[in-house]
Parts: sequence; C-alpha cells; structure tokens
Amino acid sequence: MPGDLKDGRIVIVGASLAGLRAAETLREEGFTGSLTVVGDEPHAPYDRPPLSKQVLLGQATADTTELPMRRDTEAEWRLGVRATGVDLLAKQVLLADGESLPYDRLLIATGTRARPWPNPEEGALDGVFTLRTREDGAGLAERLAARPERVLVIGAGFTGSEIASACRELGLQVTVAERGPAPLVGALGGTLSKLAAVMQRNHGVDLRTGVTVTALNGNGAFTGADLSDGSRVEADVCVVALGAVRNVEWLADSGLAAGPRGIACDAGCRAFNMYGIVTDDVFVAGDVSRFPHPLFGYQMLSLEHWGNAVEQAEVAAHNMVSPGPLQRPHLAVPVFWSTQFGLNIKSVGVPTYSDHVVIAQGSLEARRLAMVYGYQGRVTAAVTVDMAKVLDYYRHLIETAAPFPPPPGAQDRAIAADITIPSAVPDPSVLSHGPTVALTGHLPDRRLTVV
Amino acid sequence: MDSATLLARITDYASRPNPYPLYAELREAGPVVQQADGSYLIGTYHHIAALLHDPRMSADPRTRGEVTHKPPFLRLDDPEHHRLRTLAMRPFGPPHSPGRVDGMRGEIDRITKELLEPFEAGRQIDIVDDFAYPLPVTVICRLLGVPREDEPLFRAWSDAIVAAADVRPDDDSTEPDKAGDQARMEMGGYLLNLAEQRRGKPGDDLLSAFVNEPDQALRLTQEELAETAVLLLIAGHETTVNLITNGVLTLLRQPEQLDLLRREPGLMPRAVEELLRYEPPVHMRERIPHADLDVAGTVIPQGTSVILVLASGSRDPRRFHEPDRFDPTRPDNQHLGFGSGIHLCYGAPLARLEAQAALGALLPHLGTARLVQDPPPYRQNAMLRGPRHLSVQL
Amino acid sequence: MTAEEVVEMRTVVDLTRCQGYAQCVFLAPEVFQLHGEEGLLYATAVPDDQVERVRQAAAACPVQAILLGEEVSTGAR
Repeated sequence: MPGDLKDGRIVIVGASLAGLRAAETLREEGFTGSLTVVGDEPHAPYDRPPLSKQVLLGQATADTTELPMRRDTEAEWRLGVRATGVDLLAKQVLLADGESLPYDRLLIATGTRARPWPNPEEGALDGVFTLRTREDGAGLAERLAARPERVLVIGAGFTGSEIASACRELGLQVTVAERGPAPLVGALGGTLSKLAAVMQRNHGVDLRTGVTVTALNGNGAFTGADLSDGSRVEADVCVVALGAVRNVEWLADSGLAAGPRGIACDAGCRAFNMYGIVTDDVFVAGDVSRFPHPLFGYQMLSLEHWGNAVEQAEVAAHNMVSPGPLQRPHLAVPVFWSTQFGLNIKSVGVPTYSDHVVIAQGSLEARRLAMVYGYQGRVTAAVTVDMAKVLDYYRHLIETAAPFPPPPGAQDRAIAADITIPSAVPDPSVLSHGPTVALTGHLPDRRLTVV
Repeated sequence: MDSATLLARITDYASRPNPYPLYAELREAGPVVQQADGSYLIGTYHHIAALLHDPRMSADPRTRGEVTHKPPFLRLDDPEHHRLRTLAMRPFGPPHSPGRVDGMRGEIDRITKELLEPFEAGRQIDIVDDFAYPLPVTVICRLLGVPREDEPLFRAWSDAIVAAADVRPDDDSTEPDKAGDQARMEMGGYLLNLAEQRRGKPGDDLLSAFVNEPDQALRLTQEELAETAVLLLIAGHETTVNLITNGVLTLLRQPEQLDLLRREPGLMPRAVEELLRYEPPVHMRERIPHADLDVAGTVIPQGTSVILVLASGSRDPRRFHEPDRFDPTRPDNQHLGFGSGIHLCYGAPLARLEAQAALGALLPHLGTARLVQDPPPYRQNAMLRGPRHLSVQL
Repeated sequence: MTAEEVVEMRTVVDLTRCQGYAQCVFLAPEVFQLHGEEGLLYATAVPDDQVERVRQAAAACPVQAILLGEEVSTGAR
C-alpha cells in the first residue's frame, strides 16, 4: 500500500551529494518515517568539484564547501562511522562501531575514493597527495600556497588537468605525466585530446605523454620521480590523479551484485543481487552505481558525474516511496563539465560510445567549438568548448537518436562539418586516467586494440 | 476564428491591453501556426526554448533574402554575433568588467529617489513620464556617455527605429522602414561624434571605452561602433520603461500581492522575475531558419520568417503551474522574459537592478494609490509592449 | 537556535545546468567569477554582506542553477 511506503525506516549509506539529495527528496515526496544517513567522513555533506578549482586557487577554503540544504531532512546523521556490511535477510546495515541499523528500505550511495599510488610506501611520502576529500583539498591547497618549486601531476584526466591548470594560474611549475597519448583522451577521444595537449603546453605545462611514473623518490619527503622513458622529474609536490575506486568492499559478503565497476541496478535504481535478480528494498545512486541506459544500447553506465548523482538520487528516492506502477526510470542523458586553462568544457551524452566525430560548429583554432560524436550513424554525444548555450540542441539530437552527422544549417558551421573523422577513443587500460564515464557492458562489434 | 489571422489580430492595436487570450488560442492551434502572409507563429514554451537554442535558427534578417545593411549583434549570427557581443561586453560585464553593473546600484538608487521627491499623497502622476521613462534614460545616458539633455533628439530617432522593427503583417512597411533607416543613420552619426570627442580623453562611459580600446584586434570599426551604440541606447530605454510600468500596473491590480511585497520587500528580486514572465517588456522575436526545419511535424522552409511569441511561452500551462496567476514566490521560474540562448538580453542585469530599485522605492507610495484608468492607453508597438501613460492617484 | 548564532550561508551552483549567462557575476561579482569566457567559479561561503546579492543572483539565473542555503545540521558532534 502506498501509505506504508511513506512510513517505516529508511537508511542511506553515503553522506555526500547523492545521499543528501536523496534524503531531501524522500521528505519532499512525503516520507514521514525514520531516516538515518551514515557517512564515514566526519563532515556534513560537502561539495567536491571546488576542491580542484576554487580551493586550489585560494578563492574558497576547503572547510567551507558544505552543500547548502534544499530543505530540512529531519534525518539522524551518523557521521564518522563506516558501514561494514549489510545483512539482506535480516535487513540490517552493520557499522564499524559494532552497532547495526535495521531498515525497511536501504539506499547505497557510497561513491568512490581516489585511486591510491600503487606503492604504499612511496604514496606515504610527505608531499604526495591524492584529491578526493576535503582534507586532501585543504592539504594540497596549503602546499601550493607555500609555492613549491615544481608540482608533478600523475594522470591527465579531468582532475589531473584541472590541478595542472590551477598550478599554472598560481604561477607554479608543473609537470604532467600521462600514460596515454594526450590529456583527456579517455573521455573525449583523439581530436579534443590534441586540443587539450596544446592548451596545456601553451599554458606552460611540461606535459609528458606516453610515459608512466615508475617510482616516487624521497627520504621521508617527496623529491622527484622516475619515468619509464628513463628521465627524472625533480619536484617537491606530487598529485596522484589516477582516477577513482568504487567503495564497494563493504558489500563483498552481502550477496549484492557489487564489484570493481560498481553495484549493478536496474533503470529504477533497484540493486541486483549476485544472481542478477532485482531486489525490492535496496536501491543504489551516484558514482557507486552502474545502470542500463536505453540511449546507449542498454549498456551498464557508470558515471562519475555531479549531475548524475543528483538525478539518480532523486529517482531512487522517489521510487523508494512509490508503488511499482508509479516508479520512474533514471533516463537522464549524462552531462558533465570541466573548467581548465581558461576553457569551459561541457559534455552531453557518452563521448566514448562513438565511432566517429565531426566539428559541427566553431573551430579548434578559435578554441570555441561544438564537437558531435556518432555511433553507427546516430548522434550519441556532443562536447562544447566555450559554447555551452548550444548544448541543449545537441542533447535533443541525442535524445531523439538523430542521424549522424547532424543536419546542415547551423550558424558558425565549421568548414569540415561534413567530414567525419574517427573518434579515436582508446582502450582505458592504456591510460593513467579513467574516462569518468565508462561503458561496462559487452560491446562485441567494438573490440578495442591496444595501440 | 481562423488561426492564420492570429498575427494580424495580435498586432491589431485593439489587442494591446490584453493579448493573452490570443496567445492561448495560438498555443491551442499550435505548436506551429502558419499565417496568411506565409510566416509562422510559435507560442509554446518548449518549442520556443528549443528554437532559441537551435543553431540553425538565424537572427539575421538577411537570411530572409532581403538585402539590408549589416545589423547590430542582436540580429547577427555566430561567429560575427559572438565577436561583436564579446567586444561590446568588455566595458560592461564579465569577464573584463565584472563589477560595472553592480557598481551602478548607488547611482540607480539616487536617481530613483530624486524622481520620487515630488510624489506626494493626493497627487496624480503619470508613472511613465514622471518615473518609469526618465529612470532608465538617465541610467543609460550615464552608462553610454550620452548627454541627458539630448533626450528629445534621440527619442525621435528611437521612436522611428523601434516602429520600423515592429511586426506588421498587413501594412506596407516601406515608409516606416525608410524612416527607420534615416533615423539609424542620424543617430549613429550623433553617437560616433560623441565617441570621437572622447578619443584620447576617456571618461568612465562605454563610448569612451569603445573608442579608446588600445588593442587593434579588440576595436570596433566606425560602422560597428555606431550600430552597437544605437542598439544599446535604444534597448536601454525602450524596454525597462515597460518593465517598471507593467510592474506598477500589475501590483495596483493585485492588492494582495502588493501587500505581500510591502510586508516582505526581500521578495522583490523574485517579483521582478515573475513580472518578466507575467507581463514582459518584449513579447516577440523573429528568427529565420538557415535550412528547412522540422518543428513538431511541420516543415518550416529555409528563409521563412518565424515569430517566437516569448510572452506566450511564459504563459504556457504545460510549463508553468497556473500561468495566468502573478505569483512573486513562484519556484523554478525559468521565464522567457529576456529570451534565451546566445541572444539572451545583453542589458538584463541592468534592467533587473533598475526594476528592483524602482519598484522597491515605489512600494511605500502604492499602499493607498489607485489606477485612474484601467486599462491604460498603450503604445502602438506589439513587440515592445507597454502602456504609453499610466495615471495613478497617490 | 538562538539569535546570536550566526549561520554562514553556503552556495552551490549546478554547473551541469549552467550555460555561462553570467547573470550571477553581474549581480554578485564578489561571490561569482568567470574563468575564461564561460567557466564559472564561486566562493562556496557567502559572507553576510553578500547574501542579499546572492539571493538576487539565484532569482536571476536563467537556468535556475544557484542554490543558497544553510549547511546540513547534523546534530551535536
């Protein structure tokens, strides 16, 4: 009965963006029962994107990034305590302090953490950072403010590139080491990655591609690194930006379909168990989830996107308090943004789900363009550089599975708007950085080869 | 009635006091409604919003095939639009002059206060001539660097240019077009002359900034400077007057909302947004497709005039709950009052501050005020719609 | 909550929605900044004397992407 769904006990594990927005939505949807939010960090929910931008630039401090509330959640916040497991049969979440929280419905929104440097001893050197938490941001900002001689950034994905951009804006020398052929190539493919490389070099970044970092050196404090091409980089700060790891280990014995790529759920955010059977009372939202999307061949998407965390949390919360026929699917087209080297990059759709691209408007030379991605003759993604106002148009093309390349007639049309070129999205395993949106399903016609 | 006559009926002067039932009829007949003269009318929110973001929709009248002079950036397409708007923005807004408009708050408040000095209880005043017109004119003159006392001069030019730009489906537009061209030339020459006087002797006004730009690559040509300055001077004083006047009219018609604002003046920014939705100063914009365009199953041929009725979109019940209700507390108010997409109103922040200051300062005077004539007499223009006079007994 | 307790306001912009209209920068230039032509950066903590300006910016945002509010009160810690 719908009335029952508005009452009872709901537990949310994960007290960041998705957890907070889910809690608010539950109350907006009329949930009057008890609500408990568990988070392993000791802070009220805070926003992470500013940590690699405003915070490093000194325009905001890491301890002021708490997310504003949309409404009072009337929740009990259990912060600074880790969830260690879930008992699906007894319907209990187990906490590190020995307590267990009974639930009628559970939302898992434990997100991701920064992938650590593989050698723990080297990773523990003073001056070696990852960037995911508020403490990471505060520590790195403090170190950058002390004006180090050189910063080494390992990995040229979005986070690594934004950190490098902030360093240059602060006037700091920075070296970026990336295993792939160019920055952002895993997320945006070949053409835009070349623009990203040019932007980095024009802004004075010492960009090294096609190399890996083989060792971090230092006796207590970081002093430099060895690269696979035999060169050495002397630096006093190192930021390891190798992508994210999904926080699923606590579910290892739960019987849920949780693995390194996240927790599988259906379009209604209901978690699958290890047998592929959908659960009725366990929901998933945010970076830790992987879910099927009809616009992308029903492949399981896993997104590390701010907007997805919000939208999926809202859908999950709605479905947690709504009877089956009134539940909604999570169908939002993925969108993300990055600000670096003075450019605003926005993406809609899934650029990695592509075989060809065209520059539909603007040009690489003008540093202002709309690039459209196609897969098997239909539009699947678009990326704008300083042209965000046109993104809604391309989103519409994606939503309606419009033919690729897009129709003629656009103003500021590129000279080569009809000439499609391979999207050149590489195999993620050759990169230092993750794509931030990954297709984790089976794609038999698109076996990728290591170049 | 025949939906092919909708544009004629909307632009008919008799419809000026209340075009909204015609907009409802348009949305009902739509989304794409062809007119007797071959043009198309669109009045539904989602279709308008989509077309305002569609790069295939041209703002340039030359896309219709009419050979005219190169228009100002308001009616140009990218990349030329982007180049000129960016240059025009340099002395006015971010990223180069982020504090410019914010820095005008004190001056706007001072001008507002001066204008309100004669407003004593018992007096009858004309909101338009005594308040809503002089405020934005004084502000835009100050901003651009135009002598306030030249107002009668540029008012005549402005009237001619705005009349030429109005939509008139049936009437012959040769005469107004000729008069508009003449006025634009004269006004452009006048503004160029003012700019020249500041070459080497810059003040803190926009004309000074334009003419003294040291970087050749960032300098407007004489022609571009004239077109841009004409656009800013006209837009700066033909629209905000309607916003303020419509605000007073709306509040005096809805005493309970007036009371709410008097109790909670902090609601004023949202009230102004609601005003931009409910009684916007700009009702329509024209666009022309660069290619044949399928809009909701209707193919609009390349080069055809498409009138987007923004004021209808902002009253679309498919987008706004109880759209015909004026509600200053309305959530999620993504109105079309300033347009959307690349042509979103250049002067929007200034218009907002002026309207907030003007209506906020007027609030104490409106408690006992009443409208002398309702509906008031309107200006001829259907595109830039607003009262010609608004007599109020204080 | 007692009157003496001053709660500093927080702001967050949904940059997924942001299209770079920069209306917020015009209205509250001490809180919002353009980074390049279109990228938006903002101070996450809103000083008391800027709250009214941020309210204006939130009302004016053409895509309604600005949220101003208090941080979550998570109880005694």
